[in-house]
Formats: sequence, structure tokens, C-alpha cells
Amino acid sequence: MRSTGQDQQKYRTLWQRLHIDLPLLSGILALMTLGLFVVYSAGGQENAILIRHIKRISVALFVMFAVAQIPPLSYRKWAVPVFILGLLLLTAVLLFGHVGKGAQRWLDLGFTKFQPSEIMKLVVPIMIAWYVSQYDLPTKISRIIIAFILVLIPTLLIAKQPDLGTSLLIASSGIFVIFLAGASWKLIGICGGLASAFAPILWMFLMKPYQKQRVLTFLDPEKDPLGSGYHIIQSKIAIGSGGLQGKGWLQGTQSQLEFLPERHTDFIFAVFSEEFGLVGVGVLLTVYLAIVMRGLWIAVNAQHAFTKLLAGSLTLTFFVYVFVNIGMVSGLLPVVGVPLPLVSYGGTSMVTLMAGFGMLMAISTHRRFHA
Amino acid sequence: MAPKKRVAIRNHSAEANLFARRTFITFIGVLILSIILFANIYDLEVNSYQKYQTRSNSNRIKLLPVAPNRGLIYDRNGVLLADNKPVHSLEVIPEQVDNISASLKEVSLLLDISQEKQDKLLKAIKSKRRFKPIELYSRLSEQQVSLFSVNQHKFPGFFIDARLKRYYPFADLTTHSLGYVGRINRKDSIRLTEQNLAEDYAATRNIGKLGLEKYYEDLLHGTIGHQEVEINNQGRVVRTLDYTPPVSGQNLTLSIDIELQMIAKRALSGKRGAVVAMDPRSGEILAMYSNPSYDGNLFVHGISNKNYQKLLDPKNNRPLVNRSVQGYPPASTVKPLLALTGLEEGVITQSTKFYDPGWFQLKGLKRKYRDWWAQGHGWVDLNKAIEHSCNVYFYNLANKLDIDRITNMMEKFGFGDLTGVDIREDNRGILPSVEAKRRRYNQPWYKGDTISVGIGQGYWTVTPLQLAQAISILANKGQIKIPHFLQATSMLVTSDNVNETSSSDKANTTSLDNMTVKMITEMIEYEDKPPIILKDSKNWNLVLDAMHNTAQKKVSAFKGSRYDAAGKTGTAQLITKKQDAKYDAKATKEKQRNNAMFVAFAPYESPEIVVAVAVENVLDGGGGANAGPVARQIMDQYFGDREIISKDKSQHPMHDNIYQQNIKQSHNKDVGAQ
Repeated sequence: MRSTGQDQQKYRTLWQRLHIDLPLLSGILALMTLGLFVVYSAGGQENAILIRHIKRISVALFVMFAVAQIPPLSYRKWAVPVFILGLLLLTAVLLFGHVGKGAQRWLDLGFTKFQPSEIMKLVVPIMIAWYVSQYDLPTKISRIIIAFILVLIPTLLIAKQPDLGTSLLIASSGIFVIFLAGASWKLIGICGGLASAFAPILWMFLMKPYQKQRVLTFLDPEKDPLGSGYHIIQSKIAIGSGGLQGKGWLQGTQSQLEFLPERHTDFIFAVFSEEFGLVGVGVLLTVYLAIVMRGLWIAVNAQHAFTKLLAGSLTLTFFVYVFVNIGMVSGLLPVVGVPLPLVSYGGTSMVTLMAGFGMLMAISTHRRFHA
Repeated sequence: MAPKKRVAIRNHSAEANLFARRTFITFIGVLILSIILFANIYDLEVNSYQKYQTRSNSNRIKLLPVAPNRGLIYDRNGVLLADNKPVHSLEVIPEQVDNISASLKEVSLLLDISQEKQDKLLKAIKSKRRFKPIELYSRLSEQQVSLFSVNQHKFPGFFIDARLKRYYPFADLTTHSLGYVGRINRKDSIRLTEQNLAEDYAATRNIGKLGLEKYYEDLLHGTIGHQEVEINNQGRVVRTLDYTPPVSGQNLTLSIDIELQMIAKRALSGKRGAVVAMDPRSGEILAMYSNPSYDGNLFVHGISNKNYQKLLDPKNNRPLVNRSVQGYPPASTVKPLLALTGLEEGVITQSTKFYDPGWFQLKGLKRKYRDWWAQGHGWVDLNKAIEHSCNVYFYNLANKLDIDRITNMMEKFGFGDLTGVDIREDNRGILPSVEAKRRRYNQPWYKGDTISVGIGQGYWTVTPLQLAQAISILANKGQIKIPHFLQATSMLVTSDNVNETSSSDKANTTSLDNMTVKMITEMIEYEDKPPIILKDSKNWNLVLDAMHNTAQKKVSAFKGSRYDAAGKTGTAQLITKKQDAKYDAKATKEKQRNNAMFVAFAPYESPEIVVAVAVENVLDGGGGANAGPVARQIMDQYFGDREIISKDKSQHPMHDNIYQQNIKQSHNKDVGAQ
């Protein structure tokens, strides 16, 4: 193997040797650049915010680069212990976690605070992909049920914090693996049916009042325009008033005059739409789609079931970010705290995302044999 | 090792195919969801663009109303009667204050506001809407303003508002004519809404409540301006986008002469009563004063209950009542008009004589109608009847005329009707008639009632203003001018055309960039009512002559006047005496004592001024002694030192100090009087 590896070196480009997937990186950098402009505008044109954002981008890029150096198949060794550790940390959060914004998400380690749920965004797809890829595809029903349970445990622990956005992302990352591994359509149909049957139970017993409020607000934001409906109404006004071409960079009145809440974080898409209009939205969605397509291309061309499933799940979860964020900001979905990936200001989720992209790049560049 | 083996036997291409199919399906899903996202954004940004554009603008753009400056009011000589003075008031927007009672306490401590007032304020704040500014303290001293300004940062939601407030420099001297402005109350705002004016008053706090301020509200108010501002989510103004300046209300120039007004006040001091001076040639009211009066400024800031009770207290002689438009029995002042009626109806001629034994009796009735001169005037003709104010003559005359013909003629002189003066306090008084008595008392008219009417008593009441109008008509020989205060309006007009004004004009106009501001004055024209035309116009002279004689011979107050005055006194009884009982003022309750009335005009040949005076409840003497001097002082002031005869109004006198005016100018004999 080593000798063939030596041979391969000759055919590899510089980027491949650096374990960088250039198309993916281009898309990521394009979004980050866009993000710089929008964060500057949304953050009240303050240099301090911009500089902090640039620092985080740099850290995230470094993390991506570092992760990309690790051969992807080696994740499998760590899957089980890290998964178990993750579950322990999530339990610890619920028991001793730091309360912020009405939810327990943070673990105070003394020198830094950190969110175990962020790690689980990567660990869950690795774990499920590892578990499923051990066996023939399509996966048997009994194993699918086990896989489901493996997904459900961290999902429920995070939902309990409560962090609906992250639990949704983690659940989907696991479910994508199961789906891509070829779960039968019949099973998918049954699960869909069960899920819709579960909804009322979720509503009545599991959802917290503030989560219910979000759903109610989503259904009719104008009912309480100054209270719970304020976010979504102002966001829709921002988007709608952007029109075809937008009001121009730094000219968005909804954001510059601070009518729009959470401007530089979760609602940054509204700022973007207001200032760059439908044309800008078209460009943005195209870049996102390009990244998703590249990710799926990497998945299809991966050499191992584990890496295929992992790459597919990471890519699709990235799209879930995009869909949920834009969907909620534009009033299609209830408000759940999901940032606009690679654009929103915000540290932890950006680092996690980029670590995921690092894995994708690793999958794309650590190839053992040529086809 | 087992898994590795299994990998070896796995069908990799089948797995890869399965994975590729699934990936393709998810990609289709991704595409569909992306299209949904884009379609939704398209709907927001294209289909609903107008709606959200509007909502975005209504978020950020606010139209702040800017109150216009109220028009000023001047007297006929340009003396300012109603001014706008900057006033600083402390205001609060309750919504922006966390703990209103604590903040209020601190502010009160700082500005020295009493506990009692604080409690009242707190109650007021709680009853009002939270997002509108509430006035806490209306007149801050300069010291309070600076104290608060330094500490303003400690009191979010509290601020000092500087605005112009009405100020009447002559205070009680002008209140009964000018009236006053007061806070717009609920009734006002309902009325404004009904008249579609609510928007125009959005920034206005005060509105005319009485007098000319009320009557000419639409002229004085002006047009609201707007400041279009961009605000942020805190409601803080970020910048001004557009500004439409308000248009100040029109300035009013009144026919009132404040110096005459001062004389009127001095002449009436210590008395209850009213005086109206009017120019019969135009209907312009030169002076209108009712004593006691009150300070209209009290109402501008919202009168305190204590002060208001004081004004209502009967012990203070009811200053709120405008006696110049209050009904009084006219008594003998209307005798010239009755004589004119007699002449016009052919009931009497100049030489018709009645015998006055000191009383009059209707045929078949026991009751004796007394003359004021108990032993009687003997044989009395028209001239003597007016000069001596012979009651018996007029008893006979009224009896011959009967009530309908009297009512008919008196109606023409404006009695029983509004004068049309430009204050709403105008009052009809009561003109006796068969119909009026039936309506009022549901009683038939008796012949005896007519006898009392003959001497201006009975049910008859007239206002001093009506009296002035009636005598003006008489002095004008039938021409009817509507009494009024407003002489001219003037307003600043802004024009952007620079070429319109020559360079020499520019010195007098204020230049604002390309705009020039000019004062445009418009004289108000009043239409006359149709005149009274007598069958024989000589009858006017007969009556006027008699009044001339009266003033010259019988009214001691006019002795030695430089001008040639004519007039008629009147003394009105307020209680009916028993047959043969003697009236004794000292024994009569103060409020039941006789009223003194007096009417006069001058110069006799070409009347320029008519004065009507009413003095309530006099102790001694009648109209001549009590009301006469009031008219005399007014006329002395009016004519001053000028050459009389001229009809030119522009030669109206001005004095540096009216208080130095010598009332008795006995050495300076009038040419006309000789």
C-alpha cells in the first residue's frame, strides 16, 4: 500500500497533496466573502465585529485544513468512544450546564465554554455511517432500528436543552445516512406515518411553551406583531422591500435602522435580501447548490461505503442548514435557531461546519486506489 | 477480522449503484426545496414588493406634525393685544419610563414640585395613553429649565418642551372681547374631528375658547407643517427627510383702541357695568369693556380650581359675565326710538302735546303709572318729552301706538336679535311682543304691559352692544352697520420668485435663500343691512335734535365738552314699587337698586362715535349722573386735542400717556356747543 501511495504522489496535484478540494474551497470562500460584506452591513458597520468575524473565519479555515489531513477511514476507530463521550457530555450539560438565552447548551470547562452538541453534529453521522457501513447495503430493518435509536438518543438529549435547531440538524444527519444506505421505501413510508402520528404527542407533552409559541407565531405572525411575531414580520418586510435588485449594500433600512432583530446572526439572510434583492438571493442559492453538488459528487465518488455515507450526510445536512435558515427567515418554517451557514456571524457553528468540510475534503483527497 | 472478510465479499458495484440512486433522489429533493425557497423569496420580493416596501417605509418614516404659530392680534393703532410667548414645560412619555412614580419623585425634588401636585400628576399620568407626551409642569422658570437640562440624562422619558403660548399683555382689559385660548379638550377634539380638522390640529394644543379667539379660530390657527423624519427601532430620529413648514395664522387688526379701553376700565372702576363705543359710520367697535373683568391668561395654562372658584364666587361680582352683551332694561334710553316710532306711524307730530299730572292711568283701570317727577311736567311736547324724559308722554305714546307697532319698529333697530358682532357671546336680549310674552310666560298681552314698554321697562332687555347699534342706526339716520371688531387681517406670504421684489423692497423683507417673505394685509369689508327708510326723513332730525338738547342741557357730565354731543339717559327700576311707595336706594337691597343707562353720540352734526353705558345698581342719581361721566371720559379720550369736524378717520389721536389726560377741559370750549 505504501509503495502504491508513493506512486500516486506523482499524479497528485499540489491541492490534492494539501488535501484541499479546490471546487469546494472556492464555493466556501465565495460564501465567506459574501458573509464579510453582509456581516459588516448588519453589524452596524462596526469594524470590531468584522475583525472578530474574520478571526473566526480564519480559525474555521484552519480547522478545516487540519481535519482534511486526517485519513477519513481512521474516524471509524474513534466513532464509538467519541459517540459515548458525546452522550456523557450532553448528559453533563443537562445536569450542570451553563444557562444562556433560556437554554442549557454550554459546558463551562473553566478556561472555555463549549457546546457538546456541536461535536455531535459530526459524531452522529460518523457513528451511524460506521455502524451501517459494517454490513451489506441495503441495511436490514433490525439494524435500521438500532441506527434510529443511536440517532434518537443524542437528538432527544439536545432537544431537552432545549435546542430545537441543533437536534433537528443532528437527527437529519443520522437519517440521511440511513436513507442513503438504502432503507426500503416501505420503511420510509411507515416512519413518515409514525412521525406525523408522533407530532401531536410532541406538541402536547414534549414541546416547551416557547417552542409552541414559535410554531403558533409561524402560523400567524401578525397576531402579535410587536411580540412574538415581531421577528418574522420585520424579516419578511426586510426581504420583501428588497425587491428585485435590493436597496444596495449598507442601504437596507430595516437592518441599518435596527428594525430587524438578530441581524448579523440568524436573520442575516433578511439583511442580504434587503440589500441585494432577488438577484442576490439567486446568486447565493446558486453558490449553495454548487457546494451541495460538489459534496454529493465527492460522496458518489468516495471509495468506501463509510466515506460515501459520511460525505452524503455532511453535504445534505449542510443543505438542511440553508433550507431551514432561509425557510424560517422568509416565513416558510417556524423560527428555530439555525444560522445561515458560512455567512452568519457566529463562532462555534462555523467551526463545526468547516470541520465537516474538512472531512469532505479528506474524503475527496485521501484516495487509496485509482479507478 | 470478520467484518473485513465480509467487506471482501460485498458487492461493491451494487452498493455504489444503490448509493448513487439514493444520492440522485436526495439531489432532486434538494433542487425541489431550493426552488421552493426561491419561489417564496420571489413571491416576497416581486409579487408582494409594493406591500413590503410600504411597510418598510412606514417602519422608518414618521411624519411629525409641526404646530403653526397662532396669528397675533393688534389694536387699531398696532398695539399688540395677543402675543405668543415661549414657554418651557416639563413633559413625560410614560411608556419610556420604567418606574414613573419614583422618577416623578426625583424630578419633583429637583424642580421643587409640591407633593400635592405630584399626586395629582400621577393620577393624570395613569389615566392617559402611555405613548403620548403628558405635560407635567406648564411654566418652568429659567432656573428650573437649566436645572433639569443638566440632569436630563437621569430621567429618560422626561423632556422639556419649548413652545409658544398665548399671552395677553393687557390681561383683564381685553378678555371680554378677545376671549382666550385654552387646552383642546374632548369636546373640542370631537368637533374638530367632525369638521375634518383633527389632522390640522395634530400638533396644536390650544384653541380659541371665547371671544374673538374663538370666532376667528380658523384665521388665527394657520396650517400645520410636517417634518418627515427617519427613525430607528427605538423611535429616535435619525435624520430629517423632508420638511413642510407650517403656515402661521393670520394676524388680526381690531378696531379696538386699547387707550379707549383703558379709559373705559378706569371710568367703570368700582362699578358693575359695561361700556360699548362704536363708530356709527362703519360699525367698528372702538371699545368694549365689562367691569369687573378677569385675566384671560389664567385660562391659557389651564386655570386652577381655586382661581376658577374665585371667578365664580358671587362676592366677586361675576367677572366671567360679559356685561356688554348682557340684557338690561333699556329704560329711558330708548325713548328717542319710541318717539321716532310715534312720528313714523303718525300717532304724534312734533307739536303733539300730552298733559302730565305726574301719573298716567288707563281708562277703566285703577293703577296709576307714575312719572319719575312726582308733580308732573305739565304740557309736554316731543322735544320736552325727550329732554325731560317725561314718562307720562311716553305712556300716552305707547298706549296710542300699541305693542305691535312698537315691536315692529324696535325689531328694525336690532332689538331682540343678534347684532352680528364677531364674538359668539352676542345676546338677543328680549324684545317685548305679544308673541314673546306668550312663548315665555304663556300669558296674554295686557294693555298695561304696553305702557311699561313705553318707558323701556316691562319685559324689555337690551344689551349695551344692541343699544350702541340702535343709537348708531339712529345717528346714521337709518343706515345699518353691523358692529364688528375685525378691521384687517395680515399674513406673511412666502414667494420664491426673487424677481418680483425690487432691490429697494428687499430692505423690508426677510430673505431666506431664494424666498422672500412679505406681509400682505387685507382690509375686511362688511356688508350693511338694508337701511331703515322713514316715510318722512325729517323725523330723524326731530329726534336727534331732542337728544342733542338733552345732552347739552340736561347731562351735566357733558358740560364744557369740546365736541358737540347728543345723548339720552335712562334709569331702570329693577323692582316694582307698590302704588305710591317711594323709591329709596339706601333702603333697597344693593342688587335691586336702579341701573343707570346712558347713550350718546358725537359730533352731533356728523357722528363718529356712539357710546352706550350700563352701570348696575347705583346708589345715587340715575343714568345721567352715573353712566354719563363714563361716556364723557370715553369721548374726551376719543376726540383728544384734535380739530373736530373732520370725518377723516386717519387723524385719530394718539397720546403718549393716557393717564395724564385731563378729563375736565372746561377752559377749552367746544366750537359746536356755542
